[in-house]
Amino acid sequence: MSAIAFPIPDAGILARRDLIIEGLARLLPPECLVTSEDERRAFETDAFTAYRRMPMAVCLPRNTAEVSAVLSFCHDHGVPVIPRGAGTSLCGGAIPQEDAVVIGVSKMNRILEIDYPNRLARVEPGVTNLAITNAVTADGFFYAPDPSSQLACTIGGNIGMNSGGAHCLKYGVTTNNILGVTLVLMDGTVVEIGGEAMDAPGYDLLGLVCGSEGQLGIMTEATVRILRAAEGARPVLFGFETSKQAGEAVAAIIGAGIVPVAMEFMDKPAIDICEAFAHAGYPMDVDALLIIEVEGSDAEMDAMLGRIVEIAKMHGVKTVKESKSAIETAAIWKGRKSAFGATGRIADYICMDGTIPTGQLPFVLKRIDEIVKGYGLRVANVFHAGDGNLHPLILYNCNDPVEAQKAEDAGNDILKLCVEVGGCLTGEHGVGIEKRDLMTHQFNEVDLHQQMKIRAAFDPGWLMNPAKVFPLEGRLPVEDGALNGKAA
Amino acid sequence: MTLTGMHQPTDETAAAELVRQAKAEGIPIRVAGGGTRGGVGRPAQAGVTVSTAKLRGITLYEPSEMVIGAWAGTPLAEIEATLDAKGQMLAFEPADFRLLYGTNGSPTIGAVAAGNIAGPRRIWAGGCRDSLIGVRFVNGSGELVKSGGRVMKNVTGLDLVKLQAGAWGTLGLLTEVIFKVVPKPDTVATLVLAGLDDPRAIRAMADAITSPFEITGAAHLPDGVGGEGARTYLRIEGFPDSIAYRTDALGKLLAQYGALSRLGDAVGASVWSAIRDAAPLAEPRDQVIWRLSVKPSEAPAAIAAITACRAARAFYDWGGGLIWLATAADGDAGASMIRKAAKAARGYATLLRAPDTLRAVVPVFEPEAPAVAALTKRIKASVDPAGLFNPGLMHAGV
Ligand SMILES: Cc1cc2nc3c(=O)[nH]c(=O)nc-3n(C[C@H](O)[C@H](O)[C@H](O)COP(=O)(O)OP(=O)(O)OC[C@H]3O[C@@H](n4cnc5c(N)ncnc54)[C@H](O)[C@@H]3O)c2cc1C
Repeated sequence: MSAIAFPIPDAGILARRDLIIEGLARLLPPECLVTSEDERRAFETDAFTAYRRMPMAVCLPRNTAEVSAVLSFCHDHGVPVIPRGAGTSLCGGAIPQEDAVVIGVSKMNRILEIDYPNRLARVEPGVTNLAITNAVTADGFFYAPDPSSQLACTIGGNIGMNSGGAHCLKYGVTTNNILGVTLVLMDGTVVEIGGEAMDAPGYDLLGLVCGSEGQLGIMTEATVRILRAAEGARPVLFGFETSKQAGEAVAAIIGAGIVPVAMEFMDKPAIDICEAFAHAGYPMDVDALLIIEVEGSDAEMDAMLGRIVEIAKMHGVKTVKESKSAIETAAIWKGRKSAFGATGRIADYICMDGTIPTGQLPFVLKRIDEIVKGYGLRVANVFHAGDGNLHPLILYNCNDPVEAQKAEDAGNDILKLCVEVGGCLTGEHGVGIEKRDLMTHQFNEVDLHQQMKIRAAFDPGWLMNPAKVFPLEGRLPVEDGALNGKAA
Repeated sequence: MTLTGMHQPTDETAAAELVRQAKAEGIPIRVAGGGTRGGVGRPAQAGVTVSTAKLRGITLYEPSEMVIGAWAGTPLAEIEATLDAKGQMLAFEPADFRLLYGTNGSPTIGAVAAGNIAGPRRIWAGGCRDSLIGVRFVNGSGELVKSGGRVMKNVTGLDLVKLQAGAWGTLGLLTEVIFKVVPKPDTVATLVLAGLDDPRAIRAMADAITSPFEITGAAHLPDGVGGEGARTYLRIEGFPDSIAYRTDALGKLLAQYGALSRLGDAVGASVWSAIRDAAPLAEPRDQVIWRLSVKPSEAPAAIAAITACRAARAFYDWGGGLIWLATAADGDAGASMIRKAAKAARGYATLLRAPDTLRAVVPVFEPEAPAVAALTKRIKASVDPAGLFNPGLMHAGV
């Protein structure tokens, strides 16, 4: 696949590679600067593996001062930089370009402070999502947003992508669970945004930084909200004969004033794949499965489940299966959270991430099926049903260029469909390079220009992660008048 | 013809046209909603007022998708009534400042979004900015811009929705806003502890909020503020059985702070609306009102530091994270000392109510650190290059 363009590497920068590396070497100790081709290879792509580009060098700074020094050096030398967490981005958000320096935050992975009375933790950006929860679990707390990649992905990457997870229906996504960040701008300026108090004054820079995909600055510290866990949690499996019934049950549950912690949907292909991998006890004789989780004391969970079961029955539920133990609960969630990995074992796949108004679920599921079949491919659907965030996994063979192109085309058709029914291109994975060229389907020129102007308020020279999010065509010129993002 | 006076566009095209005309003539615009919060911010120098009063109506409401959209001038009351009819509500408990400002009129949903002020449920459900998922606005070039939309999970492009929340109309004229909403709780219970001093009250609230019992409101009114004797209020919401269970569990958890009693539903509801609207401090009218957001555990020390130097009455919401404070309007109305105390408590202070003359000289919003101030200026210039919208309302020169 070579459909997605990268900017033409700047020959002037490439020619100065040795000088640039020499300069970086003055700012960082040798173990924090990766220059050999072998070691750089680990950074040439992220989880959007169909594309890769070898960066000039990789910096692994240890603190804010080093990040600031490296950025200000790159700024002065006009070198693009690519911020990087764990590199689990599914949209190519962390993929480098040949004339760029990757700045990885993996060495900044400490938890600096845990403050229970004020329900917050101060962490470095390279700490993993799960490590935050693990650090507070023994005391009954957790960090709410739980992307399936939580074992590997970093809080810096989560903020970069405004990541979500299965439990976001109740607890919100990353932007709803962050109180402050330390952000280093491209010119090296260190900015404190937000902090330990709620609703920081002035413009909501924090809201802007969440989901900015590494284009506004590099985060070197974050203050996150930690929450007290419920007394108990129980996922329940609801099997339906048709996706339509399952979709209607979701709408009816919400309509009845019940917002469970999670409502996850799987279609038949996804059930088969995940069950084979996790042995979670998913019902195999249904076409659609909902995993609905409730929280609270035993009596509270029983009461809420009673109401949910009643509604599910009105929508023809075929099987209802409650988790009876912590082990079963773990297996149920393991199956769901490893959906992508388990799919990867049987085929190559690309994962879509559009969101739709939930009322459109039955129609969109039917159309997705038709679209993918139209390209002669197969699709498995897993998604966050409560908020309409779809994850169709389009299966293909990556060694077959024709099929790969078809998969990409089918994906694009699906995302356009999401926008057409009133939704959006991406609910939690980000735009990156993957959906960059589809942005014009969701936004008109005025919308995109306004976003680009605001982007330029942080990075006037367009040096931070410059090939991402905004289509390379139609960009605003950078301040010095140079062409911006000229495509290769 | 020169633009002057008050204009009330009836659709967004007309609103955009007005802005283009104002730009062409170099006339600054005061953006007005229902006019109930006209006393917010530094007095702005504007040649023309654009009111959203006639830009009204609900544009979208899907109860089963938990989303509502409306033109910016739609009265908040209309939104709330519409939601109420389907057993839903805005999660963040928007305040009604008519009492505080002594204003009439009807608060509009656009102004609610622009002000980003959340009530007691902030600690559980997030702020206004957390519920706001889509906006359309006219920028300073008179262009209609959209960001976000009607779906609650959306990371497509930069999030200009959040940027508009709390910008108080300085980043354009909001024409349409879309909020996610939540089901109304079946039952609401207000529990109260009596006679705690401030530090103990803050600890009691922290214990409650860090319990698994889902506290949706935690406020403390010291003796003499809105009533006799100190009262620490906690709110829980849900189904009746669950309320009974959690009331009991909280009573045990908080036993060291004294007996936990439950108020009647109507009294409880009036307590929370009074706290939300800062009603206990509305009188006397000649006092200024400060709103401090701080790290909750530091709140009592902040109040102690302030009252050691200056007569003031204060109460706490958000488990201590929010302080409402009333003091005399003399001198700088305590600005430098109050801001110092807020800063020491890891927070900041906003001068929410004060005479025009005072707001002209005392910074209303927390002065920003140079690096943040520089970003603020650049963002403002990127949306409103000619500085048309509410000039100087938040900060001089912005
Ligand atoms: C198997 C699998 C399952 C997944 N499941 C989910 C899911 O359930 N929900 C979900 O939302 N996502 C999911 N993802 C996507 C991905 O894990 C998230 O986007 C994650 O937040 C990326 O974190 P990261 O540390 O890997 O960041 P990276 O991929 O390294 O970077 C992500 C973006 O953030 C920027 N960035 C990283 N660190 C910083 C920093 N310190 N400062 C500034 N910018 C920075 C990068 O430039 C890039 O644009 C999944 C991915 C995989 C592979």
